[in-house]
Amino acid sequence: VVAALVVVFSAWAIATNAKLFFTTALNGLTLGALYFLVASGFTLVFGLMRNVNLAHGSLYLLGGYLGFEVGDRTGSWLLALAAGFLAVALVGLVLQTAVFRFMQGQDLRQTLVTIALSIMLADVMLWQWGGQIYQFDPPRAIFGGTPLPLVDRYPTYRLVVLGVAAGLGVLLWAFLNRTRVGMMIRAGVDDRAMLAAAGVNVHFVFAVTFAIGAGLAGLGGVVGGTALSIAPGEDTRYLLASLMVVIVGGMGSVLGAGLGAALIGLAEQFGLAYAPTYGIVFMFVILVLVLAFRPHGLLGRQA
Amino acid sequence: MSAADWRKAMNSGATSQAWPRALRARPSALTPRQDADGAGVPAGLSGIARVVRPIDVVVVAALVVYPWLVSPFFTFQIGAQSLALGLVALSLTFLAGYGGMVSLAQMTVAGIAGYAVAIVGASGTPQVSLGWPWWLAVLLALPIAVLAATVIGWLSVRTEGIYTIMITLAIGVAFYYLVLQNYAVFNGFQGFQRVLAPTLFGLFWGDAVPFYYLALFWALAGYAAVTWTVRTPFGIALQGIRDNPRRMAALGFHVTAHRVAAYALAGVLAGVGGVLMVWYNGLISPGSVGTGALINVLIVSVLGGLRHPVGAFVGAVAFVLLQNFAIDLFDRERFNLVIGTVFLLVVLFSPDGLLGWWSRLRRAAWRAASARGAGADHDAIGTSTRPRAPHSPTGG
Repeated sequence: VVAALVVVFSAWAIATNAKLFFTTALNGLTLGALYFLVASGFTLVFGLMRNVNLAHGSLYLLGGYLGFEVGDRTGSWLLALAAGFLAVALVGLVLQTAVFRFMQGQDLRQTLVTIALSIMLADVMLWQWGGQIYQFDPPRAIFGGTPLPLVDRYPTYRLVVLGVAAGLGVLLWAFLNRTRVGMMIRAGVDDRAMLAAAGVNVHFVFAVTFAIGAGLAGLGGVVGGTALSIAPGEDTRYLLASLMVVIVGGMGSVLGAGLGAALIGLAEQFGLAYAPTYGIVFMFVILVLVLAFRPHGLLGRQA
Repeated sequence: MSAADWRKAMNSGATSQAWPRALRARPSALTPRQDADGAGVPAGLSGIARVVRPIDVVVVAALVVYPWLVSPFFTFQIGAQSLALGLVALSLTFLAGYGGMVSLAQMTVAGIAGYAVAIVGASGTPQVSLGWPWWLAVLLALPIAVLAATVIGWLSVRTEGIYTIMITLAIGVAFYYLVLQNYAVFNGFQGFQRVLAPTLFGLFWGDAVPFYYLALFWALAGYAAVTWTVRTPFGIALQGIRDNPRRMAALGFHVTAHRVAAYALAGVLAGVGGVLMVWYNGLISPGSVGTGALINVLIVSVLGGLRHPVGAFVGAVAFVLLQNFAIDLFDRERFNLVIGTVFLLVVLFSPDGLLGWWSRLRRAAWRAASARGAGADHDAIGTSTRPRAPHSPTGG
């Protein structure tokens, strides 16, 4: 029924205004790509550690601000990107080794701690960077528009984001499936105690995972700050997006995060274009449908 | 059966060790009623007499005379606000402490009630508000809030533990963005101003003292409702489900129905709290249901302690005091940093919140007393009817 509705709607939308439809679809996909960048770290951390890091949105924002500082000083966008990833990965490493290591398996406490941290981080960032809106300038090579069929011109940068997200998805998949550390992480997802018994330093694996997950949020901050902007309150937005993406896609699944991100991004943009002010309702409907039929997400496994 | 399944079975066996003990402790909570029934006395009065302890009477008496002792500022800003906020937090304490379900959407339920009052009743935005009489607005607002709570509950009980937190947070934030972006029904960013408490019996209930008593009445009613409910068969089954849903399902209890019913009941509490809060503030806007507000409820509950319903009000008083007097100690702008730090410290060092500190102090006092020869079995006192701190299943 849902599929039929979507098809009917698409046919109607293409017939009436094809350009709007395809632009919206692209907007949705690129937004989904950005959500994927942020949410993949979230789902990675959750998948391994059963730790809902509700400070993930704050890490996104922190990456954005730090990247902006570096980009502003050096004038290099790529350096900003690297700084966003590395600095926030470092923060994640500190968080894991200093805080979460001592409350393994205590879900509620971890959640409460991350909430407390997100409140504090948000306030410190507001203190440091104020309420202004910051925006990055992407390098000239990917600035401007690209002519495309059906939609005339489309911002090159957004297409690059789409490419980066796809590339990162593949990279993450390869990392998880083709490398030794990735193998350990997957083993940890399945059976943490057995992994430890097999002689693997689980704390090291956890720390690496957390650092990568946090770093991805920081990277997302720079990428998102370039595509849109960074300002106080964005942390909540991306936290919501991450939550939605992993609930819809299924926890701990990179592919699920990609699927969920595309769905949520499309739902948000189509809602914005065709039913303004009710856009969030579409996301909510998706959430309800998924929970009603697949409580563990589209590609999630029974926990 | 895979290794993971075995491990899960073993784990749930291990965590359920505490469960029979918990049930064994319940009869002591039930005995007053059973005694009353056995004696052929109507359960009501003598039951109440046995449930209400002297300390309760003292606290209630203190709360009743409180407005006469302090300035209107303390009556309204501190007292009434704490009671209204505490009522919303109480709904979370009930869900989390007795149902094991940590819902972050309780402020959303309260906000839905508040918005319903503003939209159906009168407000400073007559273009949107219907302007119906206040009692009709309240009568409509409460069922709407309960319905919303039931739907939220039905959605979130399909999953467990940590997923509940995420789903309720997602629902709450989604509602925030809905009211923020929607102007036709929710009047967008501005929300509704001048949503005033009614004038009844020649008394404006928005004034400091009448409103304080209004809030006090409903807070006490909510507190009594929770303490009574957790002693009913439903409440005990709920606690059993919290401790071991599998075993309760095997015993023939409908786990989902109990959980959704708990959400609905919490929805009543949160709805009443929401109506009080909108009258207290005189306005409702997206900020009232924003992430900060959602999380504040959790902070209040955890700050006070989830072990006992009174924790919600203890936490609310601490929170409101901090909110009002942190300005004097720090920059007003940095309030969130202060509350975040306090919250972090409480979570890290006292998982049972302020109540945990209190009982630790009391235990220390007991120990000192028993060392001097009092020799009381302090562990059995006061803990038998208390719920355990919620443990969210690790899920694997």
